[in-house]
Amino acid sequence: MASTPVQPRKIRSLTADDWVSLVGAILASFALVDLLYLHVLATSGALGFVVSWFVSFMLFYAGILSFVNPRHVIVDRLVTAALYVAALIVLGALASTVVYTFAQGWRALVHLNFYTHDMSGVSPTAPLNQGGILHAIVGTVIEVGIAIAIAVPVGVATAVYMSEVGGRFARWVRTVVEAMTALPEILAGLFVYVILIVYVGLPKTGFAVSVAMAVTMVPIIARAGEVALRVVPSGLREASSALGATHWSTVRKVVLPSAKAGLATATILAVARGIGETAVALITSGASSFMTINPIQNPMNSLPLFIFTADQTHEPLAIVRAFGAASVLLAMVLVLFILTRWLSRDKGARR
Amino acid sequence: MSTSASNTPTTLRSSSEPRLLEPGLERSDRIFHGLSTLTGAFVLLVTGGIGLFLGLQAIPTLRHYGLSFFTTVVWQPELDHIGIAAVLLGTLEVALVAMTLAFPLALMLALFISDYAPVKIKSYLVSAVDLMAAVPSIIYGLWGFFLLQPHAITLSRWLSQNFGWFPLFHVDTDPNAAVWQQSRYTSSVFIAGAAVSMMAIPLACAVMRAVFDQAPQGEREAAMALGGTRFGVVRTVVLPFARGGIIGGSMLALGRALGETAAVLIIISPAYEIKFRVLEAGTQTISALIAGNFGNATASQLSALMTAGFVLFLITLLVNTAAAVIIRRSRSGAGTDI
Repeated sequence: MASTPVQPRKIRSLTADDWVSLVGAILASFALVDLLYLHVLATSGALGFVVSWFVSFMLFYAGILSFVNPRHVIVDRLVTAALYVAALIVLGALASTVVYTFAQGWRALVHLNFYTHDMSGVSPTAPLNQGGILHAIVGTVIEVGIAIAIAVPVGVATAVYMSEVGGRFARWVRTVVEAMTALPEILAGLFVYVILIVYVGLPKTGFAVSVAMAVTMVPIIARAGEVALRVVPSGLREASSALGATHWSTVRKVVLPSAKAGLATATILAVARGIGETAVALITSGASSFMTINPIQNPMNSLPLFIFTADQTHEPLAIVRAFGAASVLLAMVLVLFILTRWLSRDKGARR
Repeated sequence: MSTSASNTPTTLRSSSEPRLLEPGLERSDRIFHGLSTLTGAFVLLVTGGIGLFLGLQAIPTLRHYGLSFFTTVVWQPELDHIGIAAVLLGTLEVALVAMTLAFPLALMLALFISDYAPVKIKSYLVSAVDLMAAVPSIIYGLWGFFLLQPHAITLSRWLSQNFGWFPLFHVDTDPNAAVWQQSRYTSSVFIAGAAVSMMAIPLACAVMRAVFDQAPQGEREAAMALGGTRFGVVRTVVLPFARGGIIGGSMLALGRALGETAAVLIIISPAYEIKFRVLEAGTQTISALIAGNFGNATASQLSALMTAGFVLFLITLLVNTAAAVIIRRSRSGAGTDI
């Protein structure tokens, strides 16, 4: 550390030579595959073309690089190329999911009645200017609302217990909570179905969905919330204790406010998971075609359930409606997601 | 020390009495501790109760069918002929196909994000992976069925044409027919697995990426300084460091893939047979079986479904606990935030 260089050396830049070999390999492999695949050999299909292009690109690239570079550099470049392609595949799949959903749902989304009507008295084959998914949107909002009302207090209290109170029993709770974050949603649904509907004898309602949703959300909130509480600097807690505060007021006035953003993120993560739970809604509620406001009386439809039942009809127009509902659901998830990012960015800026 | 206790204003004891080192809790703290312990116990009871409950419900079924519950292939409740052999195999096949696709992609994407991506876009990539995890599974189901399937079956056909001698890729139809039977290739384990892999990738990738990012900077720089290429650094520092995270993250994703319902339910066509031909139409998984049959199930059938659910529960519990232990024991010890 005697002297610092005026300009740090760029370790991740490509030289002109690198660029030329990369572009050359791309062009050469494209030309070869274009010639062989499309004109000489009896092959067809976009997928096969892309795969053969990639394989021949790797061969060309390795060949070109081997003129001047040692073996370990060639391996490095090939791995880099493969990683870029893998990233493109995954991101492309994600983008295609989002774009395709909106594109297929577009025909339903442009009708205003899609958002303001329900499907009562409207057959699945009816044209798109009749009926809508208002009942499913309202159902989803009510169900998620009740689930939040149950899961957030319980989940945050559990997180506080695991992180602030602790003890041997807390370790048990943590183990079980961790195991339950990965509980298949269908089992939570089945559990609530048998307890509430078969044993207690409640009808299939939105409330049952909310309970089942809360069962899957609590472990997520508790676990992510505990992580958020644990990153609160212990100096803050000690300062509070040193000022004579009780444990409770330390938690209430120091720990929880400091972890606010993290707890909100945990909640939104859980909501984003809960909102799309199809199996739970399928088991514990019915797919009503009419609007249900009362969560404890009639079967209540929700967006995932609407999507599923509409898809099962195999009617082209019902499937368009399913994609329309999927777009709305996806938009809700996107909004929640952007909210999460915004909250965590806020936290980062304050540090 | 004990003589100075009288100096503290809060203590009411006389100076002759030694100050208690652990004076006990304030009343508010006792209530706070009591209530939060109670909540913890409640959560333990409910979430842990699911396993116990399913286990108890499984007893009558297991008593009635005995071991044949695990060896019977068909699910014909009306004939009192019920077993999960085919369903269990289907569940494992879908999950394994999903992981075969998801593992390399998740690993490569995680490496790309942690070590290769331009610094400017790194945070966007992390967000994209998180978003991918937040997309509801039913949407991946629609995507798999309507967008992916028409393309994927051409790959299925090509595989069965050229590698049909390999039992996994065999399809019971003539792959070279001029007008090929597309319906023999749709709704297969392969396509369901591909849709499920969309849910497994972000989960595995998030864990792996978090662990890769924790690989010690000093060791990375040391490897660089010795003249290593970027891949050299990855191979000698990052990957050995993150071995636990890679295995743990993949197992976490496997646990998710095993229990996936909505996407599988949309894509597969139910078939109860022991087969390893993953490209061929028809299979069944435990979660899809429950979702498809609970509605018109009698009490004993419900018990049978819950027994199947209990088996699924045990498998996912085993996989996830193993994943948690592996991640915790690894040098890195990072979890996922989902």
